[in-house]
Amino acid sequence: MKTSNSLWKEHLAGKTPEILAHELDIFETELELRKQGKLDERLFAETRLRRGVYGQRYDNGQRHDGKKVQELAYPSRELTKGPNTLWDAPGMQRIKIPGGGLNAEQLETLAELAEEYSDGIAHVTTRQDFQLHYVHIDDTPTLMRRLAAAKITTREACGNSVRNVTACPYAGVCPDEVFDVTPYFRALSKFLLGHPDCQNFGRKFKPAFSGCSQHACALTNMHDLGLIAVKRSENGQEKRGFEMYVGGGLGTVPYQAKLFDAFVLPEELLPLAQAIARVFAKQGEKKNRNRARIKFLVNDLGVERFRKLVLEERAKLPPDPRWTEYVEAAEQFREEPLRPPGQLPSATSPAFRRWLKTNIRPQKQEGYVVATVALPLGDITANQLRALADIVRRLTKETVRTTVEQNFVIRWVSQSDLLELYNALDAVGLAEPGAGTILDITTCPGTDTCKLGISSSRGLAAELRKRLAEKSFQLDEAVQNLHIKVSGCFNSCGQHHVADLGFYGVSRKMGGYAVPHFQLVLGGEWTHNAGSFGLPVMAIPSKNIPEVVTRLTERYVTNRKNGEVFRDFIKRLGKAELKNMLEDLTRLPADQTDRSFFSDWGDPREFSLGDLGIGECAGEVVSCVEFDLATAEREVFEAQVAFDNGETARAGELAYQSMVHAAKGLVRIEFSDVPEDAEQIVQEFRTRFYDTQKFFDPFAGGKFAQYFFAAHQRTKTPHTPESVRYLIEEAQLFIEASHSCYNRMATPVNV
Amino acid sequence: MDLQHVNVKLLVRNPEEADLEPLIPIFHSWIQDQASEELLLDVADYRHVDAGPGVVLIGHQANYSVDNTDNRLGVRYNRKAALGGSNQDRLKQATRSALAACQRLESEPSLNGRLRFNGQELEVFFNDRLLAPNRDATRKAVEPELRTFFQGLFGGGEYALLYNRDPRKLFSVFVKASRIFAVSDLMDNLSCGLCPS
Repeated sequence: MKTSNSLWKEHLAGKTPEILAHELDIFETELELRKQGKLDERLFAETRLRRGVYGQRYDNGQRHDGKKVQELAYPSRELTKGPNTLWDAPGMQRIKIPGGGLNAEQLETLAELAEEYSDGIAHVTTRQDFQLHYVHIDDTPTLMRRLAAAKITTREACGNSVRNVTACPYAGVCPDEVFDVTPYFRALSKFLLGHPDCQNFGRKFKPAFSGCSQHACALTNMHDLGLIAVKRSENGQEKRGFEMYVGGGLGTVPYQAKLFDAFVLPEELLPLAQAIARVFAKQGEKKNRNRARIKFLVNDLGVERFRKLVLEERAKLPPDPRWTEYVEAAEQFREEPLRPPGQLPSATSPAFRRWLKTNIRPQKQEGYVVATVALPLGDITANQLRALADIVRRLTKETVRTTVEQNFVIRWVSQSDLLELYNALDAVGLAEPGAGTILDITTCPGTDTCKLGISSSRGLAAELRKRLAEKSFQLDEAVQNLHIKVSGCFNSCGQHHVADLGFYGVSRKMGGYAVPHFQLVLGGEWTHNAGSFGLPVMAIPSKNIPEVVTRLTERYVTNRKNGEVFRDFIKRLGKAELKNMLEDLTRLPADQTDRSFFSDWGDPREFSLGDLGIGECAGEVVSCVEFDLATAEREVFEAQVAFDNGETARAGELAYQSMVHAAKGLVRIEFSDVPEDAEQIVQEFRTRFYDTQKFFDPFAGGKFAQYFFAAHQRTKTPHTPESVRYLIEEAQLFIEASHSCYNRMATPVNV
Repeated sequence: MDLQHVNVKLLVRNPEEADLEPLIPIFHSWIQDQASEELLLDVADYRHVDAGPGVVLIGHQANYSVDNTDNRLGVRYNRKAALGGSNQDRLKQATRSALAACQRLESEPSLNGRLRFNGQELEVFFNDRLLAPNRDATRKAVEPELRTFFQGLFGGGEYALLYNRDPRKLFSVFVKASRIFAVSDLMDNLSCGLCPS
């Protein structure tokens, strides 16, 4: 869509890390192949998802406009970017930010991209990522190039892959932490990114790191892989390590993570994570995506059996220097302040006092604090991002991170700079008080943009925020500290299970009409890394939810026993009493002329479930074999392009590589640890597919395999235009035959 | 210099009285009626964000919004799809679309005339940093084009151009005419050929 798309590659030449630039060239070619119909839509869908390019609501070309289902007449009507997903339909770009850590230049880049490719807003997610919405797929390669120039990748931000590695945003500065987990989450994130053992999952895999067990900041208990810093004394020496948890997750039915190992040394962190990934890839469910997360595997096997499998796998792993090469430096890792420590200023204005009370948290380093920038619904404008970049440059060494509560924290603020910081934030509307309080509501995108959304989570959150802000001064301290979290459906992206007051979107038929509702989930535990989950109580029409919040909070203030936390209060009240208390709110007003109940918050259209689509969260289950074959096709396509441009040698090399990739894919069917070396691939292919005649075509026999063997024999022979022309044709035939062989074998996806 | 992705924003006359909530059903009704030649898709509500995009009508070729960026409230037309023709054609197209949206909103019964446009101040943004980087060379190259265009838009009347010089921001210009124009007058000026193609 952007006119300048074709110019950015050259403009950024030399500024983008080579490996990222190469990956993006590949992605661009894949887009081209899809446009030409040479790449299957399902395969392309998973390819783009693994680059963070997600579908969005209405991308099937239909939208309920409140009266009828309207066809959205996109220009490229026939072209799709996935099953039932139209090319021109705007989508979401997710941007991975490991541990939420950013620098000023990266904030500025995000600002530019939000303005130029999205709608001027960058959205912070509940997993420390960013999302840009309403992005055209044709713009995504350029958008990614610009991110890559700022050292950000979107790789594996979606799809069946290792998602963003999240971490406590206070790592390194929290007074209660055991040690700073920053270098460890960075090492794991880097190690698992694109790792061959992480490419064949049935679903996503989410790791999280925490520096302590008591706070909420990293929510390790609800992660596929949770790591909590611990120390142990051995032979009089204090050693760092991690409590390792596996198999946690929210989703429809939440699972608490189970303790895998009480003390994992840093040297074992990466290899164990790799072994877990291998077990998940081999044993995890592939066909039924509703049971494909690792939590089901751990639950089905039992953690003991799962551990045994992982340790067996660990024992087989060939040593990798990356496992340990970071460990020594990790011990020495320190983040530094820009300015000298200072004293807390006396708060002159009431607004500044309120902000100090809720948005400031002391660091373990005396004289410094962490300041939270509370973002309404996780949204920030391009101008605000630039202002934030200026602020963190001026006052810190650009130490800013996003949080799972969809905020920013600025670390290493000298206490004497707090007034300056507050004024600078206030000037751009970023000095909202109430961080971490009931006003600081977490929400997923819901029906605003998500294909799975049932009710308007953002609409409800905005309404609750508005009402609570109006009376925030009168709210009791105990109520101030409650957490509200809202999801648009049962999939828990808004983390409703771990809130004091959680809501997720559902629908009910009333009076012959669909009415937007929220299921009320009460008493989840946010602290202790999401220590326990709330229980569903009842479904209530969306428009009555603010009254639910009022009644529950007022009752809590009135009836709570000394120091009783909300979770215990709800338990004591019991479901029966809660039902008595709220039952009238489950009904619609008798006066049916009030039609507001039939539409959702912030959306005047008559409520309908007609816009629900198929979620892409689960990705497409595409086996590694299919990816290898797709790579082969891309390479032979590139070979043709190079040949047409007169680049004979490069064309010859690409054509040969395409054959190697196709062969590698087939070998993988029988041998998951297929080697990278071409000579070994040829040998494996010969033994497993040629000698056994599995590759043989019913009519052509082993002819196409012989093309491959001959090409391999000729790798040292100089290419001529004529030989390359033949080679490209032979490569195409070999790839076709590889597809046929794969199809004949009716390969199960679990390979 | 090829100017693409032109944004035009006409400022609201009475921003302190403006309430953006009614815009949500209004923009939904524009989608129901497909009120523009462009494909209209959805409505995004960013009223909760300070000095933000306000309420946005998302389209395929362009977005329309009542936008409060820089705390200046106005109707903004954001051309996303590339356009053929000359720079003058593209300035004209974006301005005409913004004016048409203003006219529609001014006559919207549910707003009761509470949203009026001052017709004196507008902003033009070029939403592509590579084609139009925010630097002196761009200003020098584009200003003659802008002068020609605004000469026609304001019927030969006087006006001033003020550039935002933060190189990180989009290349943009704030334009203030010496007198107030009705939206319909600006539309007439665009249509009667005072603005060259």
